[in-house]
This record gives sequence, structure tokens and C-alpha cells, in this order.
Amino acid sequence: MIINHPLLGPRDAAEFVYLGDAALIDRPDWQAEDAAAQFHAYGYLRDNPAGAHRELWYHEQGDRSWLVVTRDTLTHEITQVELARDVARARGRSK
Amino acid sequence: MSQQNRIEGGLVNRAKPLKFSFNGKAMQGYEGDTLASALLANGQRLVGRSFKYHRPRGIFTAGSEEPNALVHLRTAAHGEPNTRATMAELFDGLKAKSQNHRGSLEHDLMAVTDFLSPFLSAGFYYKTFMWPKSFWEKVYEPAIRAAAGLGALSMKEDPDTYDKGFLHCDLLVIGAGPAGLAAALAGGRAGARVILADEDFLPGGRLNAETLEVDGMPGAVWAAQAMAELASMDNVRILTRTTVYGAYDHGIYGALERCTDHLADAGGKPRQVLWRIYSKRAVLAAGSTERPIAFGNNDRPGVMLAGAVRAYANRFGVAPGREVAVFTNNDDGWRTAADLVAKGVDVRAVVDCRDAEPPVSLPGVRHVRGAAVVNTVGRKGLKAITLTNGTTIPVDCLAVSGGWNPNVHLTCHQRGRPEWRDDLNAFVPGGVLPVGMAVAGAANGSMTLSAALAEGRAQAEGQIEALGFTPAKAEAPKAADEPRLAAAFWYVKESTKRAWLDLQNDVTVKDVKLSYQEGFRSVEHLKRYTTLGMATDQGKTANIPALAIMAECTGKTIPETGTTIFRPPYTPVPMGALAGRSRGKDFRPYRLTPSHKWAEANGASFVTVGNWLRAEWYTREGEKGWRDSVDREAKMTRESVGICDVTTLGKIDIKGRDAGAFLDKVYSNTFSTLAVGKVRYGLMLREDGICYDDGTTARLGENHYVMTTTTANAVLVFRRLEFARQCLWPDMDVHLISTTDGWAQFAVAGPKSRDLLRKVVDKEFDLSNEAFPFMACGEITVCGGMPARLFRISFSGELAYEIAVPARYGNSMMGVLVEAGKEFDAVPYGTEALGVMRIEKGHATANELNGQTTAHNIGLGKMVSQKKECIGQVLSQRPEMIREDAIRLMGFRPVDRSKKLIAGSHLITKGEEANMENDQGWMTSVAYSPNLGHSIGLGFIKRGHERKGEIVRAVSPVHGSEMEVEIVSAHFIDPEGERLRG
Repeated sequence: MIINHPLLGPRDAAEFVYLGDAALIDRPDWQAEDAAAQFHAYGYLRDNPAGAHRELWYHEQGDRSWLVVTRDTLTHEITQVELARDVARARGRSK
Repeated sequence: MSQQNRIEGGLVNRAKPLKFSFNGKAMQGYEGDTLASALLANGQRLVGRSFKYHRPRGIFTAGSEEPNALVHLRTAAHGEPNTRATMAELFDGLKAKSQNHRGSLEHDLMAVTDFLSPFLSAGFYYKTFMWPKSFWEKVYEPAIRAAAGLGALSMKEDPDTYDKGFLHCDLLVIGAGPAGLAAALAGGRAGARVILADEDFLPGGRLNAETLEVDGMPGAVWAAQAMAELASMDNVRILTRTTVYGAYDHGIYGALERCTDHLADAGGKPRQVLWRIYSKRAVLAAGSTERPIAFGNNDRPGVMLAGAVRAYANRFGVAPGREVAVFTNNDDGWRTAADLVAKGVDVRAVVDCRDAEPPVSLPGVRHVRGAAVVNTVGRKGLKAITLTNGTTIPVDCLAVSGGWNPNVHLTCHQRGRPEWRDDLNAFVPGGVLPVGMAVAGAANGSMTLSAALAEGRAQAEGQIEALGFTPAKAEAPKAADEPRLAAAFWYVKESTKRAWLDLQNDVTVKDVKLSYQEGFRSVEHLKRYTTLGMATDQGKTANIPALAIMAECTGKTIPETGTTIFRPPYTPVPMGALAGRSRGKDFRPYRLTPSHKWAEANGASFVTVGNWLRAEWYTREGEKGWRDSVDREAKMTRESVGICDVTTLGKIDIKGRDAGAFLDKVYSNTFSTLAVGKVRYGLMLREDGICYDDGTTARLGENHYVMTTTTANAVLVFRRLEFARQCLWPDMDVHLISTTDGWAQFAVAGPKSRDLLRKVVDKEFDLSNEAFPFMACGEITVCGGMPARLFRISFSGELAYEIAVPARYGNSMMGVLVEAGKEFDAVPYGTEALGVMRIEKGHATANELNGQTTAHNIGLGKMVSQKKECIGQVLSQRPEMIREDAIRLMGFRPVDRSKKLIAGSHLITKGEEANMENDQGWMTSVAYSPNLGHSIGLGFIKRGHERKGEIVRAVSPVHGSEMEVEIVSAHFIDPEGERLRG
């Protein structure tokens, strides 16, 4: 596969390490009432879509960017590649 | 024998005769021959024995689809079994031999299996060798494997080298037949970067095997001109002898180039190169493969595909027989007869299953209309054929044509599903093709020459236009449309003898029918039940006829019955090519510590730790075994001072205004409060609350920390920190860099360590206990101004330091430290002594932090701060993770001190039966402690902290061992920690 890195252009997937669902960005609040339940879901529960999947890839053999790659699990077509940091900020994460 | 079957013409170079041998018999061929064409030229029809029945077999095809003529090439370690003779390019001195026979090829003792064939039909071993069950593995399977099979490996290491390479192009053209050449010309002339790959050593595809004309010249001449034009273009790369074997995601293709297989001596060059080709677009012009018709005894040497027979005549100047008959269901078979007649070969008959006028007029050739071949005779070579009308015709070669299948293989490598075309009686590419692929020519069902040329060009132009290129204006090559009418005729029902479908796996028409009768009716079941389509040819000639017979049995159409789709590789790829240079010690990279040279010169023995080679101990003269060395190193370190290279521990430089706050999030304990110039032990959790990694982190400045990780997790922790920094807390001002390779780091441990370091560290730095206490750190200089870092940390439990210098000085630093330590009897020590001393001190490592244990288990539960957020904090507090009766890390010693503890032993309360129910824990690490004089261990046991002094049983059913052990503190040496603070 080829991942079109937003900063570096098209790179072979072999340069990357795969982590999984980009929902891992949405880490729960540790002080929430139901923090334990939320962290349980965060740690163990994943959707397994047949189709578009937003997932985390790490450019370990490159610039060490974490990317959010939108990949179709049926065709491997990649429709969007974003810097995970931008995604995290857009989703309200800060410090 | 001297090429008695060689006839005039062809593309072989008669000025260059080549000597070769087959089964030790000397033969001669010409440059441009394959082994198959040369064998046929020499009249060698029998070339091998079949897989299951040891039937005599000959050459069946003239290409990569060959099911039969598998031979062993070269000798000894260079020997390569299961090579298709039709693909082996002849070279001077080639040694080839036949396979799968006991005794000689002519008198195979295993041929008896053929007479047992009534008992050996499809699935026989599932039925026959059921009882007794234990016999399968020990008796039946080895016996069957010895009797059946293909070639044998030399069992020697492969002496050849293999390489891997990467190529990029705008347009990849797969196949250099008429469609491929037209495509490559269109791409090349428009200025696109083109790669043209072809499996043959002579590009041109069927143009070289046919007598068809392009632009008024012989096809082979046109192909040569096209190749010359392509070769003159800088933007075109031609890969001959290269099979594109797989279509992968996003326009990536795998290709195998056979670089030196056609040379007697590789001359030091890689034998084969595995290419990964990144294409923006591709044109698949893989051509088509002829299929046989099944009839009685259709596997005899001399029965060949009709297209192959004329390929041998036209391209190689070889007549595969002296008296030839053609059996066909289509017009194309007639071309074989016509071409042979033109070459002066005696064609005895054309047997056409269609009751129709011939497509060509061949005066003097007998035309048998509406008939079929039912049987053949001639055990080791065809002698005669019998027709459905009862006629027997003596021939030594029968050319069979059952029509042509488009080579759709690469279109299926992702989601393509071939579609049936009734007019062709064949599957053509269908469904969703691999991204960027277009198909042209016979591979796409455009079976005539003019259609192939036109489509190759059109598809390539479409592809490059999409990339922004403008096609060049050039005359389209002109050719005629040859007659291609065909009938759907798959096998001869009148045949009572075995009619073969898959020659490589010995699958007959009867086997397919049996499969149907026994309920294995889907194509996938048929394949697995009969072994149809398996092994090196993957059923290239057999699949469709078998499918047609299954369709007939089920009363369905062929497309309703289904088709097998294809996976890579198209043709076999040697393991050596897939491995490339990654073999032996280069299987994976290995890393050397900065002091490796010094260690090598000073008696070190090395051990692999992750990718690293670390000194495990240093042998001194007179030491008889590793224990002597390790005991000495551990003892002398505690008595005086030892030096150990600990560079392999991960080092991560952390800078930024939020560095401290960041560390608070990734460690379970707090680092923002750590004073500048101090070091703290840190424990990391996984998000699920299990222990992940540990190490020390030093604060060198207000906004500057240096983290260490375990050797094994250096890469993983760094990855995880980047995740935390970018994905979880993206606005923190934190910057990370791995400095594992940047600094050489040495542990200097033992009561004399301060004295030793005072000789090395520059005088202005005060090392006194007051100025540089336990857990102090600082940036210093050594040896007169060289920058270094000093950390007063201790893994051994002794007064100890770790000193870091830029990695390039690591080797000399080791020498300097040992030299400075001479007056104290300083010893270099390796990983074993390191391990002994850490067990003596009760420090947890990977054996204890094994991915199943919590901070609570290792006695560090209180380190998980409840006042701040950190990774793993929430889930680490789940009731199950902190239950009172959980296992705890403890020390163990044998009650009988002379006994040796065994790691992995399970701990059982005295008086209870040793079973899983009563399991109390297990021993994680053991060592002989030279300082205590007996075996010691660490381990986990339930409520261990409340059970000090209790005697339990350590049971190891694996070793058949059991002994009594006492639960003690994990800190065997200096439990109060006075030494390291001294």
C-alpha cells in the first residue's frame, strides 16, 4: 500500500507502523463519574467496519508523524490522510 | 542422437551450438533453445514420471504453464528441482535430470502404482488409511510421501545470491506479445516512463511462435523492430526473463527477474532479483493459454498442445514428431496443421470434433469431420491414436487444441471475478480490477492479432492520457484477423480409458465425476478433494476443462458452477528470491555496542539481546565454564568495582516547557516535582493498568529530562511517547528525540566505583557523597574536557554510577575505565553477572514485567499516583487488579541450600496436591548467588508479603522436579540499601 503523507507525499506502507482505530485519540476523562466504564470501552471495544475506517499509522521509518488514515477495509482505497495532531486538536484535545 | 528432429527455420542461432546433458546423456542444442525444445530436437520425448501414478510423461506445452516436464537442473548445492523445461533457457554445459522415479526414468520401479490406480482415485487416502489412527503419521503418510511427489532438494545451503529492488514507472506493461509491444510503444512514444516486463528471454510472445504478419513482415521481425525502438528510448526499461507474479494494492506489482539462470556461471551476480514495481498505471497483456481436450490415455509423451507444437516448429526449428495428427475443437488447431505442412512435416490427419468445413484448405491432409480421439497407444511415447469412428492412425505426435483461456490471473489478485464469454468458451477479466490496471489483447479476450495490437495501443493511450501525456501520432500496426471459431467440447465421452485433466496432479475426468458423486461440487471443494489445480502450474491448462465437466455433472452452466480465482504468484517464486539478502546472520540487522571491539579483544562471549550483541561474560584464563566467569564478575563487583556497557537501554531526550507535565502523564509516578540534578525510578503502565516498562529518568535542566527504557522496549516506548504527544496531548510543548545510539553508557558499580571515577572525571566536579548523593545526576567532563553525563543510580545495589559519553568515544571510554580501575582489581562484567546482581537485589525485569502483572503485584502499587492523570491509572484501580490476595513479588531460597532452583516452577502450599487448583504462583527468575553461596529466586506468590518465612513446594512437572523453598524478601543483599547510599 501507499500512504500519501500530508507532509512527505506518497510513501510505502512498509515505512509505517499500524496501531488501529483512530478512536484511540478520544481518550476519556479520568475524572468522569463513569471513568472506569469509559476506559473499558476505550481500551477494549472497537468497531469493525466493512468500508471506511479511520485508523492510526505511525511513520516510524520516516518523520515520526502519527497519521489518521481513512482506508476502505474492503478495497484498501485510502481516501484521506491527516496529521493525527490536527485531528486531535480538532476533536478538542489540548494539554 | 544428434538433433534428428531439427528442421529448418526458427529463431535459434545455429552458429552457436550448445552442449548439455539429460540424465547423463550428452546432447546438443542451439542458442535460443529452451531445454524443452532441445530435448525434442534430440528426440527425447520421455522426460519425467507423474506425481501419483508414475506415468511416463513428456513435454506438453512450450511455456510457463507446463504441467509435466519438471526437471532437476544443475548439480549439488546449485541443483534446482521442479524446473519447467519449457522455461529453462539452454546454456553450454547445462546438466538436467528427470524426477520422481526409482531406478531409471525408462524403468521406474514405482510405475506399479499405475496398476494400483483403481484403488488410488481422488480422496483415496482419506478413505483407505483411516485405521488404525496412529498409523497415519508414522506409516501411511511417510510411505505416501515417499511414493508420490516431485523433485528433491539438495538439502545443502543455497550458494547463490538474490537481491531485491524497487522500480517506479508511469506505465507498467506486463507481457511483450503483440498487445504488450503495442502498449509499450504507445507509452514510450508519448514520453511516459514505461517498464515492459516479459517472462520469456525473447520478447514477442506468440509473434515468435506464429507465422502471422504485422505490417507486411513476419511477426517475429516486427517484434524485434519494436523492441529495438523501445530499447532506444531512455524512458523505457525493458525487463526480459521477468515474470510479474502479483498485483498488489495501489499499483504495486511484484516481479521476479531471472538474471543468471541462463548462464553456466553467475559470475558473482545475483541469480534472481525480486522487484517491487510502483506503477501509476498498468496494462496487463499476459496473453492466453491453450487448454487440452480430455480423452483416453491423453497423457502419453507425444501428446502436446497444438499451439506448442507449432511454437516448436516455428520458433525453435524443431518438429516434435515425424508423423503428426491434430485433434481440435476450433479453427486455431488447424493453424498447427498448416504450419507443419509448410515446414514439410508429415501431418497424417486433422481430427475436428465439429462437423464443418475446414477453415483452411490443406491438400493431402486427411480431415476427419465430427470425430474425436478416444484412445492412444505407446507407453513411453505415442505410437498411434484411435478415433471414435474406430480408425487407428499411427502417429508419434498428437497436437491437441481445446481452445484458449485468457490469462486473467493478475486481474483476480484483488477483487476481480472473471466473467464467462460464451463466444470464446472462456473466462475474461471481470469485476473490479486492481487499481490502475487495464487489460489488453488475448488476456482480455481479444483473441486475434489485429485486435490485440489495436487494444494494446488503445488501452495504453487511455492510461497515459489519464496521467496527462499526449499520445504520439503514429501509424497503427496492421495485421489480419485470423479465424477463431471454436466449439464447446471438453472431453471425449466415448473414452473408456483414463482421460487426464490435470497432468501435474494426475487428476482424471473420472476423479471429477467421483468428486461430484461424493458431494464435493463447489469448485473449491473439487480442488481440495481431487488436488486439481494445485502445485507448480496451478492448473493453468486443467482448471477450465474440469470446471466444464463439473458443470455438466450438475446440469448447470459453467459460469453458474463458478471459477477458481487466483492468488499470487502467477508462477513459482523461489524462497531464496523472497528472502533476498535477509538470510543467515543478515536475516535481521544486528547492532554492536560502543565497546564491542574492546569486549572482543578482552575475552567476551556475546549474547543476542533484541537486535544487540551484548557481552554476556568475559572469560579469564583458567576459567572452565561460564559460571566461573559470572561468579567472579558478580563477586568482584560487590567486593571492589565492576564495569558494564549498558548502552542498549533506551534513551529518550525530552525537552520543552511541558516536559515534566508530560512525564507525569506517561509514568505512573510524578516527575514534575523532581529537582534539577536528580534521577527518579519510573514505572509505566499500559492503558489497561498492567505494567509496561520501567527505567530511570533524570532531570538535567528545568525543561530537560533524559528517560531510560528497558533494552527490549526502547523502540516501543518511544513510539508510545510520540503517540501521547501528538494524539493525546497535542498542545503540550514537548519534543522527543531518541538518543540511544548517541551516548555510550557504562555502569560503574561497587564500593570502589567512586574512587575509580575520581581518576577519570575532571577535578572540578565533586563526587563526594554530599555533593553528588544517591540519585544525583549532572553534566560533567572527563579525561580533560570531554563532555559526559553522570548518574548516580544502581541496578546492582552497590554504590554505583552510570557514566555516558558520546557514542564514538565509547570504546576508548571502556578501556580508560578498566585501566583506571586496575589498582582496584576492577572487572568488566557482562549481562549474566548483571542478571545475578539484579536478582540478588530483587529488581524486576522482563521476567517479572511480563505483560500480566500489575504494580500491585510487584509491590509498587503505591507508586501509581491517585492525584494526577496518567496512562493506565484508571484501569489499574479495578478491584481485580488490586485485590488483597493477589500474587506478590517475593524472594525464594531452597531449604536445602545445595539445591538449584528452577525458573518456571509452580509454587504449592505444603501439604496440598500439586495441581492447577492449588497453584499459588510461580518462580520467575533464578540464579546462583556467589555472594550468598546458594541458589536464589524471584517469583510471584499469593499474599506473598504476609508469608515471609513460610516453606512452600516449588514443583516443575516439566523437569520432574520438586523441592521445598522458603519465602523471603526479594532483597537478598543489603535490604536497607545502605551500600548504594554510601
